Amino acid sequence: MIPAAFEYVRPTTVDEAVQAVAEGGEDVKVMAGGQSLIPVMRLRLAAPSTVVDLGRVAEMRGVRDEGDVLVIGAMTTHAEVIADPLVAQHARLIAEATETVADRQTRRRGTFGGALAHADPAGDLPAVALALDAEMVVAGPGGRRTVPARDFFVDYLTTTLDEGEVLVEIRVPKLAGQWGVRYEKFNRVAQAWSIVAVAAAVRRENGSIAEARIGLTNMGPTPLRASATEAALAGAGASPDAIAAAARSAAEGTSPSSDLNAQADYREHLAQVLTRRAVTAAAGL
Amino acid sequence: MARVSMRVDGVTYTDEVEPRTLLVHHLREALGKVGTVVGCDTSNCGSCTVHLDGQAVKSCTVLAVQADGAEVTTIEGIAAPGGALHPVQKAFHEMHGLQCGFCTPGMIMASIDLLKDNPRPSEHEIREGIEGNLCRCTGYQNIVRAVQQAAGEMSGTTDTLGAQA
Ligand SMILES: Cc1cc2nc3c(=O)[nH]c(=O)nc-3n(C[C@H](O)[C@H](O)[C@H](O)COP(=O)(O)OP(=O)(O)OC[C@H]3O[C@@H](n4cnc5c(N)ncnc54)[C@H](O)[C@@H]3O)c2cc1C
Ligand code: FES
Ligand code: FES
Repeated sequence: MIPAAFEYVRPTTVDEAVQAVAEGGEDVKVMAGGQSLIPVMRLRLAAPSTVVDLGRVAEMRGVRDEGDVLVIGAMTTHAEVIADPLVAQHARLIAEATETVADRQTRRRGTFGGALAHADPAGDLPAVALALDAEMVVAGPGGRRTVPARDFFVDYLTTTLDEGEVLVEIRVPKLAGQWGVRYEKFNRVAQAWSIVAVAAAVRRENGSIAEARIGLTNMGPTPLRASATEAALAGAGASPDAIAAAARSAAEGTSPSSDLNAQADYREHLAQVLTRRAVTAAAGL
Repeated sequence: MARVSMRVDGVTYTDEVEPRTLLVHHLREALGKVGTVVGCDTSNCGSCTVHLDGQAVKSCTVLAVQADGAEVTTIEGIAAPGGALHPVQKAFHEMHGLQCGFCTPGMIMASIDLLKDNPRPSEHEIREGIEGNLCRCTGYQNIVRAVQQAAGEMSGTTDTLGAQA
């Protein structure tokens, strides 16, 4: 199908984009890579009156090093994230998860910021941003503000972004020390979307686990941290038994949905199994 | 309406298009490039794959206005000027990489993109590389063989690749 008619605006700076959104009326929609937005517009599930295309806003694209933090422009495509040497060095978990997103064509257009702003519970990157304690830099008519990932995701397909706001860039703290990472994903072969996935970063110190950060994909309307497992792993021995024991609490506090792909209790089971695998791999065992 | 200019298969076209026009519809209906087909409404099948500034994209999930100023290559633009088939086209033909042929333009455009990044992919890498393309006929086996054969023929002969790009 063909989308309903809309006005099209193509700003070239963040300021112009914020202004275009402000002037776009009630049904204005920002377009990043369009890989989620165009499909819903084709199905007429969305029919914005104005589309503000961020595709030519050069300042929103690319990755830079700011000392302890890696800054990823919201318009950096999935393919660019995967190929970026800074991401490979300082935020490999993002690259690993992004490699599992969609397919090669979709990764050429879809963006890191778009995937976060879209906030699909089955999307792979929100849980990774949450596990890495990333921060979202958001621009609006009143200026810029920074939102931690744990406050950014509010509900199913809903973030803290206000109507007039644009996600500009994502600040990812570099992992300092001896960290290992792993993204473990369970999906159907013909569909890349996660049924459940687990993002793990583990810091080892003197043979034990000093710290573990675990993000869960599709275990509720927003991405979640497996807090009980994280607590059980802090200071635990880096052994398969200790990890298996800690992983048993991975689904605590989650509220997964039941759908055609999986029932809630099956998702809880998957969360435990995938957490065990992800932490084991991230711990280098 | 928006004025949109793009180079498609080596020829520059300037047209007035509605912003909601999908690139694939612009290619097929305004420019007559009917070699690129539409197989779904959900961005899943990949049959509409073209190269946008040298990168494989699903042309049903790009607006024509977004391709303003871009270079587009479709299945109709990859054979040599004299008509000799691109090595990937030739390999699909020789290895029976198609039955009804509906998925073939997209499969070939995705495969060329894959081989540019990874000139000697393993069987697994080929299957992953074309995961965005669905085929209802072949069971993929001969498609994978065709890509393997093309990789063999093209590797080392960067000339062929360069000439077609
Ligand atoms: C076939 C297919 C398979 C897919 N499989 C997966 C998968 O396995 N895993 C996965 O995680 N994703 C998957 N996706 C989605 C893909 O990752 C998209 O790239 C992503 O969800 C949206 O990114 P985008 O840049 O295309 O955003 P768009 O589609 O342009 O925008 C999505 C939404 O976010 C808003 N938005 C975008 N950017 C901003 C911004 N900077 N500021 C404010 N709002 C913004 C838009 O208004 C819109 O509501 C798939 C998509 C397709 C088509
Ligand atoms: S027509 Fe199916 S992905 Fe474009
Ligand atoms: S050959 Fe018929 S769909 Fe692939």
